[in-house]
Amino acid sequence: MNDSFLLDGEDIPFTPGQTVMQAATAAGKYIPHLCWHPDFAAHGSCKLCTVKIGGRFATACTVRASAGQEVENRTEELDAKRRTLLQLLFVEGNHFCPSCEKSGDCALQATAYEMGMLTPHFDHFYPDRPVDASHPDVLLEFNRCIMCELCVRASRDVDGKNVFALAGRGTKSHLIVNSESGQLADTDFAATDRAAEVCPVGVILKKRVGFAVPIGRRTYDLKPISAAGTEGEREDAADKTALREKEAG
Amino acid sequence: MMDQQNLKDSPHASPAAPPRKLKVATVSLAGCFGCHMSFLDIDERLLPLLELVEFDRSPLTDIKHCGPCDIGLIEGGVCNAENVHVLREFRANCKVLIALGACAVNGGLPAQRNHLELADILQQVYRTGHGLAEGSAIPDDPELPLPLNQVHPVHEVVKIDYFLPGCPPSGDAIWAFLTQLIEGKEPALGHGLLHYD
Ligand code: SF4
Ligand code: SF4
Repeated sequence: MNDSFLLDGEDIPFTPGQTVMQAATAAGKYIPHLCWHPDFAAHGSCKLCTVKIGGRFATACTVRASAGQEVENRTEELDAKRRTLLQLLFVEGNHFCPSCEKSGDCALQATAYEMGMLTPHFDHFYPDRPVDASHPDVLLEFNRCIMCELCVRASRDVDGKNVFALAGRGTKSHLIVNSESGQLADTDFAATDRAAEVCPVGVILKKRVGFAVPIGRRTYDLKPISAAGTEGEREDAADKTALREKEAG
Repeated sequence: MMDQQNLKDSPHASPAAPPRKLKVATVSLAGCFGCHMSFLDIDERLLPLLELVEFDRSPLTDIKHCGPCDIGLIEGGVCNAENVHVLREFRANCKVLIALGACAVNGGLPAQRNHLELADILQQVYRTGHGLAEGSAIPDDPELPLPLNQVHPVHEVVKIDYFLPGCPPSGDAIWAFLTQLIEGKEPALGHGLLHYD
């Protein structure tokens, strides 16, 4: 007998050891998330993927699938909580989407669209987070960091470089760069690193490519995030779009 | 048979009065008028809209103060004392207040000054900035409203009923939102109409 569980009433098969998120993603189902990425170990920090299993809250990226589970995902109750989490992320940083290179390709923005977020609702923090433009090929726009630690994991686990880390506590938490000066230019970071690709928002930006694909023709302009596939598929699609735009001149 | 003139003059025989038009006021606070331009981008649909609404205070009518209104559309955030005053007047007079566009919703691009000191900005812009002649001064005409230390989204100053983000929201988004609202529905923007940029 195949193992399966119910996700919003639909049968989802899984192999033992898979998390609810992994099984759902493999079945083409979207569970909202920001800090989870199929290529990296689960981090469980953003809490966007909180689902209800047997009536109790659990993060889909960390909890293992088991036979017969009844998982609630896209209910109004859960999406409303996700909207609140997103609103908190928006007011804790400086998200000025109209001037952001990542707009249209940004998972935070696209997830907020998906949840129908019309306003950040809370009072804004407007933090002061200076930009690091020291590196010749890559810009760090810390104002948009949501502290998902994807760059930390990618740099540590794939690139073997440990370029990034989180420092501080509570509202003082922030991303730091591991060099004596604190500047990216003084690390061995390269634009070809996995960590240069992985940021879901507009913090780690390659220089001189920002508007190669115009706003309006970007990943989530074409499809809502729930229909745009996994991170890997979205990256492939974005590459293809960039190529098409380049050929079209 | 009564002639047309009589029919029109008789209070008893007049045809059913058309439904009262909704009164709409609009204003640009700390905004660039992009949202108003986008509003005009609803193009020929303005004509059916004008069957349903009439404009009170608005840059479109040049009326300076709003009277009792059904809908108030606010473009722009709150960056100075006059903006606070106008926003409060809108709240006091409009049954439904809508934050229209990124600046009204989250301060927008003007709020990018929020982590800087206002005094430093004024110095830099009017006195010490690149290309300014010796003796350039910060304007201090009493007619000029005093700037606030930070630019605020409108919901931080008065209660807002609806938010329509976008920089600007597209004409289609504005049209969809307003027509749903006028029909008495809860406005909802689907994929493609909901944008923050
Ligand atoms: S990173 Fe995303 S949410 Fe933040 S400003 Fe850019 S597009 Fe908007
Ligand atoms: S820089 Fe990007 S990837 Fe790194 S923690 Fe911040 S949001 Fe996440």
